[in-house]
Amino acid sequence: MSLMYEMNEKAFEHGVPLSVHLDVTYRCNERCVHCYLDHDDHGEMTTGEIKGILDQLAEAGTFLLTFSGGEVFLRRDFLELVAYARKLLFNVKVKTNAVMIREHEAQELRRLGVEQIQISVYSHRAEVHDAITKLPGSWARTTRAIRFLKEQGLKVTIANVLMNGNLDDHKGAQALAHDLGVTYTLDPTVSPKMDGDHSILNLRVPGSVLPTVFHDASLVGNVDEYCAAPSTPGEDILNGIPCSAGHTSCYITPYADVFPCVQFPLPSGNLRQQKFMDIWRNSSQLADVRSIRARDLTTCSGCGHVGTCSRCPGLAFMEGDMRGPSTADCEKSFYRTGLPSENMRRQGLTMPAPSPMLQLVQIAPALVQGL
Amino acid sequence: MNNLYIARSSAIASRVLAGETMVMSVTDSTFFTLNEVATAIWQAADGVTPLTDIVTRSVCPEFEITPQEALTDAEEFVRELATHGILQVSEQPIPNQDAAIAGAA
Repeated sequence: MSLMYEMNEKAFEHGVPLSVHLDVTYRCNERCVHCYLDHDDHGEMTTGEIKGILDQLAEAGTFLLTFSGGEVFLRRDFLELVAYARKLLFNVKVKTNAVMIREHEAQELRRLGVEQIQISVYSHRAEVHDAITKLPGSWARTTRAIRFLKEQGLKVTIANVLMNGNLDDHKGAQALAHDLGVTYTLDPTVSPKMDGDHSILNLRVPGSVLPTVFHDASLVGNVDEYCAAPSTPGEDILNGIPCSAGHTSCYITPYADVFPCVQFPLPSGNLRQQKFMDIWRNSSQLADVRSIRARDLTTCSGCGHVGTCSRCPGLAFMEGDMRGPSTADCEKSFYRTGLPSENMRRQGLTMPAPSPMLQLVQIAPALVQGL
Repeated sequence: MNNLYIARSSAIASRVLAGETMVMSVTDSTFFTLNEVATAIWQAADGVTPLTDIVTRSVCPEFEITPQEALTDAEEFVRELATHGILQVSEQPIPNQDAAIAGAA
């Protein structure tokens, strides 16, 4: 058991928001085809408001702070915010497309003590990456920035999202990461837009591609372990929580809204109206999220995958029920192990439906009303 | 034995969680947790207070330990943290810590 895992357990025990994801803007200089955000500025927080929230988070015990967006460098005060966060001794991670990072910005990120920088790269081929970001020249600028950051000795991770538009390029992107000397992650998850629009789910790769990804040791480590059939879930699993969202982590939007997670758009309070700890301790929405144990899940509690599935409560929420299944994760569990989920069984399916996205789109209108 | 002065590196992230202090080096991501005694020393590491004073003022009364025993353990502890670059140890005072923590790694 790692030290960080132990501290996360301790944070859970004491109700401490150990990890916070803070989007400082939704504005962006790219227009990625799969992005779930609305890029207009509807009144994002001022420098002073964000600093005030950072003060509150430090007081609340937050240690791991992720600055993300939108594109963080579109805020002229971004480095000032990083400096302020570092003065408060947060462990700072930055998610960026990096197209605005040149030598100066790389030097500043190093000087300020940013621990890790995650950068989206969708292909080793400029034309494929640029077609996804819709920003001509973005691949060249992003990869050049990665070199600047590496020259400064910063820890960089390339994050790739696998979708229809770059289906054949993930090995090439992985090789690019290797050449650049950075870590590589691949995620086949495309999330619905935060306004409830599910149309971008059409970009998800067909499930038939997933077995290849899940059986790639360079991506998942021990394949036999990763793809093993799940054992019967015991009491410890059934009494466990679905994930850390709302327990030891949360998400804050550029408009000061607090959600359980960036992928779990359940409005739980607003920091322009309440103090962070008032929301963290007293929000009925967060209390609802925290009350859920695996045994409470309407379908998944009876599923053999319940202890090993990547089931995202946020995606389940966007399908209509935070206690229900997340179809995309059922699909992943199936293609990882070859065994159908309880959700599939109840629908009489021995393998995932050919177009689960269509099913999602039909559910979407009710969800939009709910939001 | 000369007096030692200790100062927290600027290249760390740190937070107290239920009495323990989490410390991570932002240069190599090494992660430590400090128990309550170590936390008391860590929090007093201002670069200008001698380690002997820190031990006698912050550690001995709080944790009921003899000064000599505490000082031996404290020196071992601070030298261990210094090898990981998260604490500076010097036989001279280490000035200007506020400015350092605000900036350079």
